[in-house]
Amino acid sequence: MSTQLFGEKVPRVEDQRFLRGQGRYVDDVLVDTPSATLHAAVLRSPHAHARILDIDVSDVIDMDGVHLVWTHEDLAGAMAEPLPLLIPHPALTHGRTQYTLAKDTVNYVGEAVAFVVADDRYLAEDALGRISVSYEPLPAVVGIESARAAENLVHDDVPGNVAARMEQNVGDAPTAIDAAPHVLELDLSIERSAAMPLEGRGTVARWDHDTSRLQVWTSTQASTGVRAAVAAKLELDLGQVDVICPDTGGGFGVKINHPWPEDLLVTRAAQVTGQAVKFTEDRREHFISAAHERAQEHHIRVGFDDQGRVQGLDVEFWHDNGAYTPYGLIVPIITSTQLLGPYKPANYRVRFDSLYTNTVIVTPYRGAGRPQGCFAMERTIDAIAAHLGLDRTAVRAANLIQPDEFPYDQGLIFQDGRPLIYDSGDYPAMLEKIRKLIGWDEFEQFKAEAEAEGRRVGIGLGCYVEGTGVGPYEGAHVHVETSGKVKVATGLTTQGQGHQTAFAQVVADTLDVPMEDVEVVTGDTRRMSYSVGTFASRAAVMSGSAMHLAALRAKEKALRLAADALEADEADLKMVDGSVQVKGSPSNSIALGTLAVLSNPLRYAFDKASQAATQFSVGDQDKPPVDEDDEPGLEGRDFYSPNRSTFASGMHAAIVETDPETAEIKILRYAIVHDCGRMINPMIVEGQIHGGMAQGIGGALYERMAYDDSGQLLNASFMDFLMPYVTEIPGEIDVDHLETPSPLNPLGIKGAGEAGVIPVSAAIAAAVENAEGFSITSMPISPAELYDLRQRHAEHTSTTSARPPKQDGSGEESA
Amino acid sequence: MTSTETRHDVLLTVNGVPHRLNLPARRLLSDCLRHDLKLTGTHVGCEHGVCGACTVLIDGKPTRSCLVLAVALDGQEITTVEGLTNPDGSLGCVQQALLECHGLQCGFCTPGFMTTIEAGLKQQPAPTDDEAREMVAGNLCRCTGYQNIVGAVHRAAELKRDSR
Ligand code: FES
Ligand code: FES
Repeated sequence: MSTQLFGEKVPRVEDQRFLRGQGRYVDDVLVDTPSATLHAAVLRSPHAHARILDIDVSDVIDMDGVHLVWTHEDLAGAMAEPLPLLIPHPALTHGRTQYTLAKDTVNYVGEAVAFVVADDRYLAEDALGRISVSYEPLPAVVGIESARAAENLVHDDVPGNVAARMEQNVGDAPTAIDAAPHVLELDLSIERSAAMPLEGRGTVARWDHDTSRLQVWTSTQASTGVRAAVAAKLELDLGQVDVICPDTGGGFGVKINHPWPEDLLVTRAAQVTGQAVKFTEDRREHFISAAHERAQEHHIRVGFDDQGRVQGLDVEFWHDNGAYTPYGLIVPIITSTQLLGPYKPANYRVRFDSLYTNTVIVTPYRGAGRPQGCFAMERTIDAIAAHLGLDRTAVRAANLIQPDEFPYDQGLIFQDGRPLIYDSGDYPAMLEKIRKLIGWDEFEQFKAEAEAEGRRVGIGLGCYVEGTGVGPYEGAHVHVETSGKVKVATGLTTQGQGHQTAFAQVVADTLDVPMEDVEVVTGDTRRMSYSVGTFASRAAVMSGSAMHLAALRAKEKALRLAADALEADEADLKMVDGSVQVKGSPSNSIALGTLAVLSNPLRYAFDKASQAATQFSVGDQDKPPVDEDDEPGLEGRDFYSPNRSTFASGMHAAIVETDPETAEIKILRYAIVHDCGRMINPMIVEGQIHGGMAQGIGGALYERMAYDDSGQLLNASFMDFLMPYVTEIPGEIDVDHLETPSPLNPLGIKGAGEAGVIPVSAAIAAAVENAEGFSITSMPISPAELYDLRQRHAEHTSTTSARPPKQDGSGEESA
Repeated sequence: MTSTETRHDVLLTVNGVPHRLNLPARRLLSDCLRHDLKLTGTHVGCEHGVCGACTVLIDGKPTRSCLVLAVALDGQEITTVEGLTNPDGSLGCVQQALLECHGLQCGFCTPGFMTTIEAGLKQQPAPTDDEAREMVAGNLCRCTGYQNIVGAVHRAAELKRDSR
């Protein structure tokens, strides 16, 4: 038995090609045949809300090197219909999606209006410049306040700009709050941000006239979804469309939405022109025509006892869903359910409105509604502690679900339509770990010393629970070739998570073959046509489990064949390093490659493996060569479909320093305790946490979409949208793990992809509040905003000097 | 490419190999490398000079290839990520260090970091932690959170010292 790879920090196999510049990203596809590839560009609306009066493309039609120009009028059949509403929900009473190319009106700056295909991208953009569109501008709805006021409507037929209204109840929160000894109310908000992968969207398509098949490469998180959408829109059979997700330069959620207008336009153009067509999004386009997330405002009412135990929690929030709702209500549903984190309020009511605005659509971005929910809940807990004068960790401890309470039913319906039941965890142990890791108990002294030097420092905590490994299913196919090499495929896609390594570890362990012999392919519908996609921290749980199950099937067959060939009992056999051996008799063995030959009763011998196989005979002479419930080949295929999600958890703690003069916020220390069950590759898990945490810092301190009142995005470039460089990330991050295995899957794993980002705004807001002594209720927070808050707070305290401010105060007590 | 655009002859030496090209004036170096020379290891993350993904070395100096016109570089030497590998095909020190330290995830920003570090270590063969951070402070990575990239700067310096 070779050493187990599960749990090891195995170096990534995909890095070899990335480091050599040999990755194949979507814009790299077909560069070797430049003359055969045409390039597309999209004319986008310059208005947030306008009626299209006329589009004149006459100046473009005869341009040298231009092959095609389309507006909505040029589209027919399903292509002329609105894009699909991917995830309908009964509460989404007024779902709306855009057209592939705008028809009559545009509803956000960036909406696709016309499409050009030319010899190269430079020419295609020249052509866009010659299209003239006359618009009649309409008043724009920008921001939640304006959407709620509904003085103007985004869609004429959507009253109040309300796409959906949803409510869930556990017990009777309003009554419980009224009966509680203490009641607080808080208003908390988070601004708009975006996933912003370094590689934007992109699609390449090639139509093969000889076979009537379409081949599509696209930078997506769901290649099977793109396949189905393209087939439906182009009115092709599924079997005529192959979709391949090549190497992808990050996704973080934004690439789960599909089909994008460009997916359909590029594939259709490939069919019409008979040439390959490529669309590569540029950075400004990504800002104004991909997707954003996060903008939400929350109003909270909470009732609690003297120990800070929550007796009733009533949350109402408003979610900005942008101009259309192609991805349904996933984000606000996640906020409304995952807000509860590791806590068990006795009674809970949550209501939300999902609102239209004339801005870019909103679809999940890493964390997907959880950073907002975590912020709302953690700020509430901190407010309770401040109100009662209790330690913030003590109030958390008083509200935590205990280890012996699992499975714990929160009484809600989760985003997958299944009950929100936590499978496992140990939150009190985690709280202890984070207190130690950050030095919670020593902090008061540090703070006192710092204050004596005129410095302001603060400490904060953020705790979360994340439903990961959302169903419905994922599959894997394991094929042992006659060379003994193991070719493995799963349908979900990869954006940098190291799936080729992690899944190979699982398969190599299960089959006991050298890892170098295992090759993993993801996101290629030719290799695995059934799949759901990469989102909701589900890849390791879903495909990892499916890999294990599929490899087990291949193993069963290998043992059965080997028993026959070696004339031994199956129970006396074991897999060792690429072959099957009789236990205690290593010379009595047969290589997996040879078994692959034997598994396929063919009359031709091609190679050495076939020759080697001739010394063995398998099969019963009285039975057909391929028996009734058997198949040729040494393969295993299986699907993993869990009853419900598995729940990972974590706690972050931050120590910040705020500059007394400039109000700059500096993170002095950051600590993370994380529990994603058993880890396949702790190196990859830590990398995911580091990356998520950096995105969290962006969301807490720097990143926001600056829309003006007319709906122009003022910071649509990397110059103005401030993503963290290394200089914005603390030098040292302490990470510690807890591993409570999930009982729901064979490997005991939970997802890790999104976790790092979730509690960062909550932890940093708490730390800034602790440093400053007044409440922080809105994130991100810039130095200018902190400065303003100081001014306002100073005015406030001078006018209400009768009542001293609470040192750690946040929230206001209501009657 | 249309026949109407004026084209210019240029000689670019890329990773030691001379290329004679006939290009329109507006062709960006990044597009020239990727599309004309098919060296797709150089990536384009923003096309406005901020992310650093497209960084190549021009006569040894790290430069954003999305901000330079190819025709302006006649006679100059360019090194891209494809040129960082050892002559025997094994990984160069910077590449090896990123591998060992898990300094990349999606790999999209990585070529720009590698060319930047390659040049940086020539200036500072033994960087302090602050210097290592400073070295990569102009490049964006959305995946890694930078911790392991900074680690890789130190490791690459070590490997370079050992290989000397
Ligand atoms: S692509 Fe050149 S700096 Fe971003
Ligand atoms: S590794 Fe993905 S952007 Fe850096």
